[in-house]
Amino acid sequence: MQEKTFIRMSGLGGQGVVTAAHILGVAAVRSGLLSTVNPFFGAEKRLAPAESYVRISTHPIRERGEVLFPDIILILHPHVITLGKCYTMPFFEGLQPQGKIIINAPEPLPLGERDLAQLAGLAAQLYYIPATQVAMEVAGTNLSTNIAMLGALLGVVNLVKPGALEEALTERFGGAKFIASGTTAALDDVLKGKFAKVAQLIEKNVAVAEQAKSCVQQYAL
Amino acid sequence: MMTQQVTVDPDRLFFQSERRKLFVTGSEAVGEAIKRANVDVGIAYPITPQSESMHIVGDLYAEGYLKDYFRGENEFSVMSAVAGASMGGVRVFTATGGPGTLRSFEMFPTWAGARLPIVCAFLTRGVNSPLTIQPDTIEMAYMLDTGMIMFHAEDAQDLYDMILKAFVVAEQCDVHIPVGVFADGFFVTHTRDEVMVAPPEMKLPAYQPYSSPVPVMDMENVPFRQMRDPFVMKSNFISYAAHASWQQEVTAAAERARPYIQHYLGGLVEAENPGADILVIASGTAVSQSRAAIQTAAGLGFEAGLVKVKCLRPFPTEEMRALTGQCKAIVVPEFNRVGWLAREIRATIEDNGKVVGGPRVFGGMTMPTDMIVDAIRRCSA
Repeated sequence: MQEKTFIRMSGLGGQGVVTAAHILGVAAVRSGLLSTVNPFFGAEKRLAPAESYVRISTHPIRERGEVLFPDIILILHPHVITLGKCYTMPFFEGLQPQGKIIINAPEPLPLGERDLAQLAGLAAQLYYIPATQVAMEVAGTNLSTNIAMLGALLGVVNLVKPGALEEALTERFGGAKFIASGTTAALDDVLKGKFAKVAQLIEKNVAVAEQAKSCVQQYAL
Repeated sequence: MMTQQVTVDPDRLFFQSERRKLFVTGSEAVGEAIKRANVDVGIAYPITPQSESMHIVGDLYAEGYLKDYFRGENEFSVMSAVAGASMGGVRVFTATGGPGTLRSFEMFPTWAGARLPIVCAFLTRGVNSPLTIQPDTIEMAYMLDTGMIMFHAEDAQDLYDMILKAFVVAEQCDVHIPVGVFADGFFVTHTRDEVMVAPPEMKLPAYQPYSSPVPVMDMENVPFRQMRDPFVMKSNFISYAAHASWQQEVTAAAERARPYIQHYLGGLVEAENPGADILVIASGTAVSQSRAAIQTAAGLGFEAGLVKVKCLRPFPTEEMRALTGQCKAIVVPEFNRVGWLAREIRATIEDNGKVVGGPRVFGGMTMPTDMIVDAIRRCSA
């Protein structure tokens, strides 16, 4: 475990970018680590750029707001890159040397030569995962894409203790009262509607994360 | 059915109770404070931008922690209804932010002028120049002269503590004016962090309306003189003199809050390494960014001290003069364009040429801690 890991998640509104950060933060806290989690978005609407940030550390975390210098970047949708639905340009702005990028795409995206050269210069590690496909195949809904991305992340970096992700999923969806905006609450209800029981929702999403771990592939820069 | 809780002395709730750790957002921390604040009435207007705070207060009403809760037609109506409830002698809470603050602005000096101990959370956002809903503390510049007491929370923990303590400070007989508890939107409201809270079975003692320095409005006591016979109805020496002396009395009430703020908040400011040649003075999220920056700067061989300003009204005038007497430079990082804190400090200390206004970000940007490190480095040269 690194002393500190700062993660930026970029995606589109409705994909669960904020929820994924929440679940990862809870998993980190349940692993005995310190964490802060926060989102950034404009007026809440589907498919608009949305970002969330997870800071995980063994020491108290002072810095707030957007993670401007991430160690890890998760891209939940190809449009973040191809349509520039991103809060930074290029999408990996601020990535630290030896940083990691995990992109949800069925096949490698046509990144520009300049971007690839910059990433190589940073000695960055680039990974692809067909997260939406994994979510569809294992859980039967693309709403589990965010959990597939978390699975891919944990496949690449050992951030939290075994079982912590399941505990965090249970805390988020397992019936305990969760406070959200109207839009998020509605999405939670849609997600719960996809599964016969909350227990099944958690079980399927754990399976999604496990499957994603084995589907993530490194792309040579 | 009201939820049964035990009334405890404020000092016990704040300082002696066994606290437990939660991993919650700033908005949820507001809810945790209100759960223990023995609030009678919550009034909400769910404007965007808002936080989830008043939504959570609504849930607390449903769970029996408040006696009444309703929505106003708009922000102005909420702040007016809050005034009415407070005049009626109950403890009342609401929250707003950004454009919402501006829409209801007329009521804030009115609260202070009517000596109403209202507690309002201002979860600051940018105002529309041009349109934004992202974090920015510009509205605090406008709020400085409304007569309210102003606390500025650094994080969710501060927000929880300051809201509870605000009720106790506001309701002192010799104070009895509103307290605004400010926290940076998104950076605090939407950020999930560790917060230590008192047991939920405990709550503050009820508000004592007859501690009010002006008669409470009920069927036995007609509204106090300003309402029954407002100054605006006359134009003569007596009305001017009454109004002028009353305005001074409101200012004096804020001054009389100092010892209570000292007791409950542990001071209007908090200083770390104040003997350093370079001092970073900040409030709100800028304090957190400064803590990270000072740590980075130390690693690079540049030393700086930190002054966290917790209370802006009354302003920590004497504290500021004492702390800045020896330093060579003062860096004031802020999340707004105008630099109202730098302005306040310049107006307070004698040797104000050493105040470096900035760095500043605004309109929703996160301040990179490197900007503060650079300012410290430049001052060290």
